Amino acid sequence: MRPADALAFAATALRGTPLRTALMLLAMAIGVAAIILLTALGEGARRYVVGQFSRLGSHLIIVLPGRNETQGGPPPLLAETPRDLTLDDALALARLPAVQRAAPVSLGSAPVAHGGRVREVTVIGSTPAIFPVRHLKLARGRPLPTIPPDREAPMAVLGGHLAHELFGPRSALGEWVRIGDRRFRVIGVLTDQGEALGLDLGDMALIPVASAQALFDTRSLFRILIQARSRSAIPAAEAAIRATLRTRHEGEDDVTIVTQDALLGTFDRILRALTYGVAGIGAVSLAVAGILVMNIMLVSVSRRIAEIGLLKALGATRRQVLVLFLLEAALLATGGGIAGLVLARLGLWVLQRLLPAFPLAAPPWAAPAALAMALGAGLLFGLLPARRAADLDPVQALEGAH
Amino acid sequence: MIRLQGIERDFQVGRERVRALHDLDLEIPDGDYLAVMGPSGSGKSTLLNLLGLLDRPDRGRYLLDDIDTGALSEEARARLRRERIGFVFQSFHLIPRLTAAGNVELPLILAGMAPVRRRQRVAETLASLGLADRAGHRPDQLSGGQRQRVAIARAVIMRPRLLLADEPTGNLDRHAGHEVIRLLEDLNRGGITLILVTHDPELGARAGRRIQLLDGALAAPG
Repeated sequence: MRPADALAFAATALRGTPLRTALMLLAMAIGVAAIILLTALGEGARRYVVGQFSRLGSHLIIVLPGRNETQGGPPPLLAETPRDLTLDDALALARLPAVQRAAPVSLGSAPVAHGGRVREVTVIGSTPAIFPVRHLKLARGRPLPTIPPDREAPMAVLGGHLAHELFGPRSALGEWVRIGDRRFRVIGVLTDQGEALGLDLGDMALIPVASAQALFDTRSLFRILIQARSRSAIPAAEAAIRATLRTRHEGEDDVTIVTQDALLGTFDRILRALTYGVAGIGAVSLAVAGILVMNIMLVSVSRRIAEIGLLKALGATRRQVLVLFLLEAALLATGGGIAGLVLARLGLWVLQRLLPAFPLAAPPWAAPAALAMALGAGLLFGLLPARRAADLDPVQALEGAH
Repeated sequence: MIRLQGIERDFQVGRERVRALHDLDLEIPDGDYLAVMGPSGSGKSTLLNLLGLLDRPDRGRYLLDDIDTGALSEEARARLRRERIGFVFQSFHLIPRLTAAGNVELPLILAGMAPVRRRQRVAETLASLGLADRAGHRPDQLSGGQRQRVAIARAVIMRPRLLLADEPTGNLDRHAGHEVIRLLEDLNRGGITLILVTHDPELGARAGRRIQLLDGALAAPG
């Protein structure tokens, strides 16, 4: 028998029972679409988190006041209040050889007003170093002035969204805004970089760190952002930072140091595993589809006993009958798989509309893997009905029709 | 040339062993027109299934054109069936989703013949059986007589030497039945060996030779 003829025969057999065929195609399509959609969600989550972390900056080390104890044990008898991080700490860290830059961050919330408009936003006090450390980009104007960090200056850089809210289409450069009870001149506007780890960079104002400390009436820093000289310098920088701060804090190890790479690597691994996990869940739905195909094909074989008997009387070998029925299963799997790809594309489009900020994308291996799994499931679950058909005794099969 | 020697065939029915064929010897020369007669349960169909290589005897030898069929593999038996034997059934056994041409083409497809040659052969065969204008019809669009003629076309399209017909007129009215029998007899005159299983004495009387089966044995050799 020629392959094309075998394929055509299997196809007419499937067309002969359109409802059954449609049902099996649908089951296969749902299975394939489930795999692709679930992996797309998993991969989207991974990309989202990785994107969030890389947006923070490169070779980034974050120093937070206070120590996160991960060991158990009784609480200390004397309540320890962690020592604050200070501007001098930041300046000391900036001088370390493994450190490229250090940007102190003082953070608070304050109303920013211009004319009649007021917006309550996050106000960040820092030095010009925060621009390269945090990958901040200016749309217009210039960054914070390079002045001694302990000097105040009435200058502010606004987030893009905030500038638009206060000034509309007009340029904000050179205008005065009121932040809290102080006046600042707008010297720059950031491009809209969206959100990063919950902080909306469009909706904030950036002022010199000394001005922020005066505004919020505090000497302590929210955190210190540090850029290491290179990726390989990160561990050395981390050790040096810890040592320096311990010396400066009278031997107390009272800061938490988080490196971006460690966080990134951990999340990347976790979310990759998650993607494989959800792909596995999708595969279960394909297995269910395969069992449905097996069921319906068994019915089909019992309905076509006379036909199988006839094929054998006409000289079809056991192998030929087996191939014909396996081809039916393969056609169903392939057709269902292709329908599933279309369905997945449609589903992705709808999901993307619902979650525009989520970087939804199936990993490149998802579609071929799903198709291969569909074909595998089809052949595996088609084998039993096909063998049942091939093993039918022709005499009994022909009599079965009477 | 068909030679059956000492054929035995038993079936297990419940606890009992039923003897379907018992010590059967039979020779059928090429081009013969043989009617196999007998009451139902006498072993007619079993004999036909053995001759058609759909079934194997428990004991005895079946030589088809000097080939000892007992020694053949299942694949080889399927090949012999395809190339040398045509079947005509009482209930036609046409595949309902295929057209008349599609049904007739089936043996050629199983034999792996090229599509161009296939179409030509199908058209010739249908035309010779007066079915040229029915090629595109599905079985449910055909009369009983036409269906059996399509089935005969399918049985002879591989140009077999042996044609096995099991009550070919059983589901047809008198007129259509006569037409089918005349068609089979025409084919026999063309050289094909025709073995006709029937319980109708009138049909049996037309055959060149008759055998009567009773309880699995020859009762009245013709």
